[in-house]
Amino acid sequence: MAAETSNGPRTSAKICGMGHSMKRKEDPRFLQGKGNYIDDHTLPGMLWLDIVRSPIAYGKIVNIDASKALEVDGVLAVLTGKDLEAYNLHWMPTLMSDTQMVLPTDTVMYQSQEVAGVIATSRYAAADGVAAVEVEYEPMTPVIDPFKALETDAPVLRTDKEGQEDNRIWHWEAGDKEATDRIFDEADVVVREKMHVPRIHVASIETCGCLADFNPVEGHLTVYMTTQAPHAIRTVLALVAGHVGLSEEKIRVVSPDIGGGFGGKVPVYPGYVIAIAASVVLGKPVKWIEDRMENLQADSFARDYHMDAEIAADSSGKIRALRIKTLADHGYSDAQAAPSKFPAGLFSICTGSYDMEQAYAEVDAVYTNKPPGGVAYRCSFRVTEAVHCMERIVDTLAHKVGKDPATLREENFIPKEAFPYHSPLGWEYDSGDYQAAMDMAKEMIGYDDLRREQAEKRERGELMGIGVCSFTEVLGAGPSKDFDILGIKMFDSAEVRVHPTGKAIARFGTKSQGQGHETTYAQIIAEELGLPAAHVQVEEGDTDTAPYGLGTYASRSTPTAGAAGVMAARKLRDKARKIAAHLLEVGEEDLEWEPGTFSVKGAPDKSVTIQDCAFAAYTNLPEGMEPGMEATNYYDPPNLTFPFGTYICVVDIDRGTGEVTVRRFVAVDDCGNIINPMIVQGQIHGGLTQGLGPALFEEMTYDEDGNNLAGSFMDYLVPTAVETPAWETGHTVTPSPHHPLGAKGVGESATVGAPPAIANAVVDALAHLGVTHMEIPIRPDRVWEVLREKGVAI
Amino acid sequence: MARHNVTVTVNGEAHSREVDSRLLLVHLIRDELALTGTHIGCDTTHCGACTVLVDGVPTKSCTVLAVQADGAEIGTVEGLADANGMSALQEGFMQEHGLQCGFCTPGMLMTGTALLAANANPSEAEIREAISGNLCRCTGYVNIVKAVQYAAAKTAADGAGEDN
Repeated sequence: MAAETSNGPRTSAKICGMGHSMKRKEDPRFLQGKGNYIDDHTLPGMLWLDIVRSPIAYGKIVNIDASKALEVDGVLAVLTGKDLEAYNLHWMPTLMSDTQMVLPTDTVMYQSQEVAGVIATSRYAAADGVAAVEVEYEPMTPVIDPFKALETDAPVLRTDKEGQEDNRIWHWEAGDKEATDRIFDEADVVVREKMHVPRIHVASIETCGCLADFNPVEGHLTVYMTTQAPHAIRTVLALVAGHVGLSEEKIRVVSPDIGGGFGGKVPVYPGYVIAIAASVVLGKPVKWIEDRMENLQADSFARDYHMDAEIAADSSGKIRALRIKTLADHGYSDAQAAPSKFPAGLFSICTGSYDMEQAYAEVDAVYTNKPPGGVAYRCSFRVTEAVHCMERIVDTLAHKVGKDPATLREENFIPKEAFPYHSPLGWEYDSGDYQAAMDMAKEMIGYDDLRREQAEKRERGELMGIGVCSFTEVLGAGPSKDFDILGIKMFDSAEVRVHPTGKAIARFGTKSQGQGHETTYAQIIAEELGLPAAHVQVEEGDTDTAPYGLGTYASRSTPTAGAAGVMAARKLRDKARKIAAHLLEVGEEDLEWEPGTFSVKGAPDKSVTIQDCAFAAYTNLPEGMEPGMEATNYYDPPNLTFPFGTYICVVDIDRGTGEVTVRRFVAVDDCGNIINPMIVQGQIHGGLTQGLGPALFEEMTYDEDGNNLAGSFMDYLVPTAVETPAWETGHTVTPSPHHPLGAKGVGESATVGAPPAIANAVVDALAHLGVTHMEIPIRPDRVWEVLREKGVAI
Repeated sequence: MARHNVTVTVNGEAHSREVDSRLLLVHLIRDELALTGTHIGCDTTHCGACTVLVDGVPTKSCTVLAVQADGAEIGTVEGLADANGMSALQEGFMQEHGLQCGFCTPGMLMTGTALLAANANPSEAEIREAISGNLCRCTGYVNIVKAVQYAAAKTAADGAGEDN
């Protein structure tokens, strides 16, 4: 399949710019045990923090008795909310301008909430200390069901917030309600599905942690931490702790190699702050590494949207309007990390790949006694929820009007001539060719043959389903006129410095967590400057050295920092052109550029390389030129990017057990021009697997007392190699018209597109029995219950 | 707490330490011997990030006590490459893009190494079964399977070359 830029690589294999499947520069260290993850850091005199956590979901703290803990050999201190209160550090802001306890002074709000920090000389002693802290609680009845949270007799949970009279956090809406309602009133066909995209967890294989190192002599704090957004975190730390002397120039945040982030390493968790406070109090480095159960039970969740969706259509299945009412369970605090003007994230992408007259979407967010969050887990802020909703209900419409789900999609696609397309909910889609992706997916999987096979199997009583999903994503946050986090505009940055010998270092405001930035960013610089990518060293994650940026999440690195790298490199190329003219004693206009070389028009043997120009920038400058070869760019994207794709999935259902097996899965993605096809394919494979998990296995569940029922990998089922199918991928290429490389970003498309494709396949397998919807995760027991009801279980 | 003398041979080098009864093998390897290539992902034997070879058998070192490994030959990721460079399996991971964040990778490599030692030409199903105790959140496993196949093919070709 066409897995390169539209015209193939422009640069040689030696330069290795865009379109080359360059092997990754980060791999040799990861493959030889020389990665540098947070728990690999140690400092002289380092102490350990471990955390006492609440066993109950809601209640008063009557007493915390640390006396026995302090007798444990190696335990040096126990920090409580009262201790932090003395410095006004017991509360912190969330990235959504809500507030969250660091440590409680009187009330716990969710199970596994941090209650006290134990600091000791070893990780074993710290754990012993945690076991010895005695906390007396007075339990209260928690609010677990988000629908009950809005009932008038529900207790108000956030009594700490002035003016908060109920459990509603906010109401958000988009679209023209009246015009949408009018279409629904007159439409030939209306279909409706209620669906829940459940609470899940990123479950990166590395948990979260930090090593806080406060130097009391210099009043300087260095924090090594698992963060996807080191610069923003430094600013937040300065805002939280500025009043105790930690101003921003005295804070250095270093994000080392990260063992998977997926959005879960964007928020500031209380553990980080407790470790910092402990280092300040004790004047020693303090390390905190959470264990897996803490990670699953207390760190930010994702999703948890209850959606009630309707489509109005004409009798042929032409979609006229979409209406969605949503309840969002945010747990104890709105601790998501969405842009501040978008409390429901980019949920208004819900009209998806389809042209329609009107749409209206509303979301109400509520507090419950569950861990806080709402992080954008491998998703550009609620796009997963929006796409699942639309792609599921489109199938319901196809079923209702008696059309093949692929055909119904094709008849409703925004035509490629309609781009840039203005969606009814206010987006300007940059480019798209949805039919091309659908055609490729159908051909790759043999769609018509599968439909024939399905018909034959139904005759024999076998259950086989084919699921289609044609998603449109929105990512690359974002243009500064609309996008900020805590007021900081969502630009990103690059700084490129070419050394005299023609080698370079490039630093970015983002932070890779496995995406391969050290490779792809080097390829971007290679593409623009003609330096071999092998000669471009990429650095990120150290706030002392990297330019300010908002970090890596929401598939924003290529659209923002990648673009910044292009612009910085182009500045250098412009300077190099002036130097080349000087060296060749011709005018700039007489020069031609081929990647890596300026030559004189009509005299190609008269040429200088980019390396020659770099050397001259330090040794032989044109008169009046500033020495050196360095450029910086802060890139404010003019628009978001809108990748898309069509996924088709085939499932078989075991009538005896209800088990769903994904037999085949074809993913055709269009992320615009591709920088490294190998890495893009890897991103798709991983995203698909993180879509398979919530579709079939993963859910963070609670009982009515607020006890977490999926708090370890025994109960929270991450897909293994056995359940995961051999993914098949293809690409179409529709460049973004506004990104300087025509690229769109790709990290999250597959996580977004896979769940509805799988769910649609299961529903399709059962459609002849009258089934129109299955809630995810589609566990065997859920399927078997349906089989039993319909009388087809064996 | 009782202390015990433990001697282990790690990647061919003998080490003796006096350790607490409860010290986990993974902490002996990471904290005492400073071999931080072996990772900790779950503490409960589910994720496999801590997999090492104990007398050739893939073992999750987060749930084995250091004292249980007394006298054992232990293999970690740091011992896979030699003077000639990376092993065929490490090379396979690089060539087939079998890793992204790299955190599960050392465990995958140790499990894969043991698989190939026992079965020079495993089928795809056998590879998937062998690595089913090692979770990866990044790659979707397809390229890890290919990496193992790459190593099997390369080792077979090298062996054939030596026969000639």
